[in-house]
Amino acid sequence: MIVVENLYKSFESAEVLKGISTTFEKGKTNLIIGQSGSGKTVFLKCLLGLFPYESGSISYNGKIYNDLSQSEQRKLRSKIGMVFQGGALFDSMTIGENVKFPLRMFSKKNNSEMEDRVHAVLKRVKLEDAYKKFPSEASGGMQKRVAIARAIVNNPSFLFCDEPNSGLDPKTAIVIDNLIQEITSEFNITTVINSHDMNSVMEIGQKIVFLKDGHKAWEGSNENIFKTDNEAVTNFVYSSELFRKVRRMYNEGL
Amino acid sequence: MRGLILRDIDDLVIGSFGIVAFISFFVGGVVTIQTALNINNPLIPQYLVGFATRQSVILEFAPTFISIIMAGKVGSFITSSIGTMRVTEQIDALEVMGINSINYLVFPKTIALLLYPFLISIAMFLGVLGGMAACYYGGFTSVSDYIWGVQLDFIPFHLVYAFVKTFVFAFLLATIPSYHGYFMKGGALEVGKASTTAFVWTSVAIILSNYIITQLILS
Repeated sequence: MIVVENLYKSFESAEVLKGISTTFEKGKTNLIIGQSGSGKTVFLKCLLGLFPYESGSISYNGKIYNDLSQSEQRKLRSKIGMVFQGGALFDSMTIGENVKFPLRMFSKKNNSEMEDRVHAVLKRVKLEDAYKKFPSEASGGMQKRVAIARAIVNNPSFLFCDEPNSGLDPKTAIVIDNLIQEITSEFNITTVINSHDMNSVMEIGQKIVFLKDGHKAWEGSNENIFKTDNEAVTNFVYSSELFRKVRRMYNEGL
Repeated sequence: MRGLILRDIDDLVIGSFGIVAFISFFVGGVVTIQTALNINNPLIPQYLVGFATRQSVILEFAPTFISIIMAGKVGSFITSSIGTMRVTEQIDALEVMGINSINYLVFPKTIALLLYPFLISIAMFLGVLGGMAACYYGGFTSVSDYIWGVQLDFIPFHLVYAFVKTFVFAFLLATIPSYHGYFMKGGALEVGKASTTAFVWTSVAIILSNYIITQLILS
């Protein structure tokens, strides 16, 4: 579980996060949503420890990140899996080597055990035949699945995903969403996803935090996001013609 | 880490062997031709051509000017490869995993370039050899005179001086381009700009440190 309390972050004079407090629950897919420029990516990077923040606190399973020593912070980070927006796969390594990388760095397994684990994880994301391919030879959807495989290979306690569906067709996007949700419940990890894709919200949004101008404007689940009368949320959700049409049909009883 | 160092030795040192050999051989030949053509006075002995070529190649051409060329080749490779990793969030991925990215990316390159003096010693040999080939094929002076000149008044400390500065240049070649790649911001265009900036600053640092080392060691 990740608990965020009163988080503030600014760049020079621009205040980006303005006192965000929320909880990301274990075994659930937690989504951070909001318009571009609302502070989602900065919030995610603060959670990952990539950006320092001015005030507030972030605690992982009860341990406040900033109170940990540098070596404890690195140890905690080895328990974090991250799926970057572009995949961030290492170009010079094959897909198998990419997935094996966290194991080589942190695991005490011998080589054959590591290989077994890599093959098992690649099988889990349905890429068992891609071991020897390079990332440049893989499609966007495959790269995302490799990134997920790399993120979960070391049995992380926390999984972060930055817009995992961006650049994917709707069908592949659903495959990725389902994969993330299955992994979250299968390994009972805390998953935080940064997204502005309403399909993801509907599919896997067990807990949703809506950001607007650096504030937490609303939080809830995919079941009640369509029932809320919060103006910021409804403006965001019904900015799509498709959703406006669905609402009209719903209201007309069709 | 051993694998990374070996890969960087291959990329940075062994991969530069061809261009260094080519340039050294022909520039050594040109130095010999220029020297021979500028000696008009019959009182000046012909073996001076070999002597002048050796001194030029060992003291300046091989360590300094090959390093400037390497600032373009190796330096831009380092900046663009690290810069691309920054742009594509690969460095963030390393940090999130709890890996010290500077150590992971820069340290192997610095260690790999400890073999850079090996490349410079080859440049020295091929530069002198290129001069001899020019004498043989161009007839500017006899090969025996050239070899005599190459051996004349050889001061071993000059090699110490050349290799001291080569080690300094190797450190500059590894660190300055890495810095520009690691701390760059932006996209593909900025990677190109960072490579150019890295080349300029590495060259400036090499020229200035060359001056300072020469002043300190030889004066």
